[in-house]
Amino acid sequence: MHKIALGGNPNSGKTSVFNALTGSHQHVGNWPGVTVERKEGELKIDSERFTLIDLPGTYSLSANSLDEKIARDFIIDKKPELTVIVIDQTNIERNFYLVLEIIEMGRPVLLVLNMDDEARKMGINVDSDGLSKYMNVHVCKTVANRRVGIDVLKEQILSAVQRQNKPKVLKFSEKTEKIIQAIEPFFKDHDPDLRRWFAIKALEKDDFLQELVGEKAYEQLSQKIELIEKSIANETDILLAEERYAVIHGIAKEFIKRMLTEEDRERFSTKIDHVVTHRIWGIPIFAGIMWLMFQLAFYIGGYFVDAVDYWFSRFGDYLASVMGDSMFSAFITEAVIGGLGAFVVFLPQLFVLFLFISFLGDIGYMSRAAFVMDKFMHALGLHGKSFIPMILGFGCTVPGVMAARTLESKKDRVITILVTPLMSCGARLPVYALLGSIFFAGHEGSITFLLYMIGIVLAIIMARVFKSTFFKKEETLFIMELPPYRWPSARETFGQAFRNSWLFLKKAGTIIFAAVIIIWLLSVFPAGIDAPPQDNYIGDIGRTLEPVFRPLGFEGWEAGVALTFGILAKEIVVGTFGTLFTGQDFGELAEFAEAGLKGNLVQGLQTVFPNAIAAFSFLLFVLIYTPCAAALATIKQEIGWKWMWFTAIYLFVLAYGVSLLFYNIGILFI
Amino acid sequence: MKKGVMVYVSEMKVGTSGKVTAIKATSMIKKRLLAMGLTPGTQFKIAKVAPMGDPIELNVRGYRLSLRKSEASCLEADIVGND
Repeated sequence: MHKIALGGNPNSGKTSVFNALTGSHQHVGNWPGVTVERKEGELKIDSERFTLIDLPGTYSLSANSLDEKIARDFIIDKKPELTVIVIDQTNIERNFYLVLEIIEMGRPVLLVLNMDDEARKMGINVDSDGLSKYMNVHVCKTVANRRVGIDVLKEQILSAVQRQNKPKVLKFSEKTEKIIQAIEPFFKDHDPDLRRWFAIKALEKDDFLQELVGEKAYEQLSQKIELIEKSIANETDILLAEERYAVIHGIAKEFIKRMLTEEDRERFSTKIDHVVTHRIWGIPIFAGIMWLMFQLAFYIGGYFVDAVDYWFSRFGDYLASVMGDSMFSAFITEAVIGGLGAFVVFLPQLFVLFLFISFLGDIGYMSRAAFVMDKFMHALGLHGKSFIPMILGFGCTVPGVMAARTLESKKDRVITILVTPLMSCGARLPVYALLGSIFFAGHEGSITFLLYMIGIVLAIIMARVFKSTFFKKEETLFIMELPPYRWPSARETFGQAFRNSWLFLKKAGTIIFAAVIIIWLLSVFPAGIDAPPQDNYIGDIGRTLEPVFRPLGFEGWEAGVALTFGILAKEIVVGTFGTLFTGQDFGELAEFAEAGLKGNLVQGLQTVFPNAIAAFSFLLFVLIYTPCAAALATIKQEIGWKWMWFTAIYLFVLAYGVSLLFYNIGILFI
Repeated sequence: MKKGVMVYVSEMKVGTSGKVTAIKATSMIKKRLLAMGLTPGTQFKIAKVAPMGDPIELNVRGYRLSLRKSEASCLEADIVGND
């Protein structure tokens, strides 16, 4: 199996190339020890088999950020037989900076000049044969998102792997080459192939060299570089960047023809940006797009939710009728089918949200949204790109947590994920509606709004707290490209949404499934399925929790049971109260009213919550406490077990604290 | 803004063009600015300011770059023109 790496700038179409090459043969995981996504895929060309490792998309390889370090270490340590570099042809100069840095490592590379259709439209013509000969590398042109040029790319990969051509060393100015030569002897004990690269990194003041050469030699090296800087009256890291861009300028002059002026090329995107990031219209447009996204997700998603619900219960009923009345049949129809239903029912809405997110990303709007919102988010200790995940959290925490992947720095990603559950998700709404209509009749709307606002304020406070406790020193950047607007390919946009949905099913599904089964078992053992729940383990849990929740104003064991079930999915809190007080599991008060059971439910709830203060204390608790199993599973998948447990516990403690404070102050006034 | 005057990029108005003269930043910001092509001598134009006044958008080397004012204040430039 040949090992090849795939690198490139963000927005270069790297993901499209990866998908085009590997199809569905992909594995998603994390890089060892860190929470950066690692994608790997397999492909076969003729009879040769290849593993393609997708490196994080970066602008350079200075090892300043975790992404850059991962990409660089992979090429140096794992020595892939080939590094395929994807280049956005419409922005070739800046994309070439990364190319030069990879070439400096002296390993075989293949250049994929992507977005050939757009480049043609913009009147950009790259002489790929000339470039290939000049640099001694394989070069090919593609339109990866429409699968154009992929067969040629595969042939080129095979040929490049077989030939193992080393790219030509692109010499800098004579003066700079002399400086590099003066530094190379410091690395005479190391791999001769990498000597020039080490020297360049030393001149860029990369501190990983300290470990490589030892402290003493590193000090001499630093002194030497200081002397050089004095003699050239420039900093060596600036010098090298200037030299690289000078080489790029030379290449561009020789091999790139541009028929249009920059202004003409960029006219389309500039026009759209004129409106989309407008000083006054920018924010309303952003709000409008978000509004539309939720409307569609809930409209389309809601339609399917009912359908999924219907078919799952039909299927359960059918199985029950076939299998008869036994413990095993109850296990299959209630726990297994119910467990599957519990997360499949989310899927339609999730899919629509995923679809929106990948569409907005593919057309280039996401970076504009970050641009518009950054000032506000930065003031909160977050990043412009944190806004989308948090907004998504109002729909469902799961896509919110997954969308946090676009955040480059670990600090921003972790903090965003930690506070996203505080954005009150759609599943909590039925709880607000039920208790609101009983305890705050006529003011349900205001109560719900108040809860949403409390969630937002808590998220802001917690973001600040986490920033100043866990990530005191980390600085994060907003130096990024605003890519041209592009028309997305349906294949890529839908494909991305399908992959994310599948990932959710696979990773979160198993955990939710397990949680549903465990809770089901707790509610039917040891007394059996026909016994009331309070006689089973779940009743014991409720009774054990009763003294824990009493200080928050909840009288009775039912609250503890409802909250425990709520970890499966927040809306189950309503159904649990229904089952406990009426024997019926409905989702809304109206349904209980229809069945003539409203009285029982209201009475039951009024015993558990003797007054409105206790009821609101419970609502606060539901708003804040440990997110549902699906959200926890997604957090685990994105940032690991440790942060998952942290989220589960900190939110429980926060919920307890806030409710306790509210209840005990509140009862003083009644 | 007057031509030939030295300013911080964060202070430049929309529509003005400049030429980078110096970068004074922490290693992380400096490396990113250099990688993005803002090397000394590079011409750029201030294209836009975000609705809340920060970040800003530059046209440089044929593409759009966004950066916060705090990051732009690490760049010194000479004014070369106004729109």
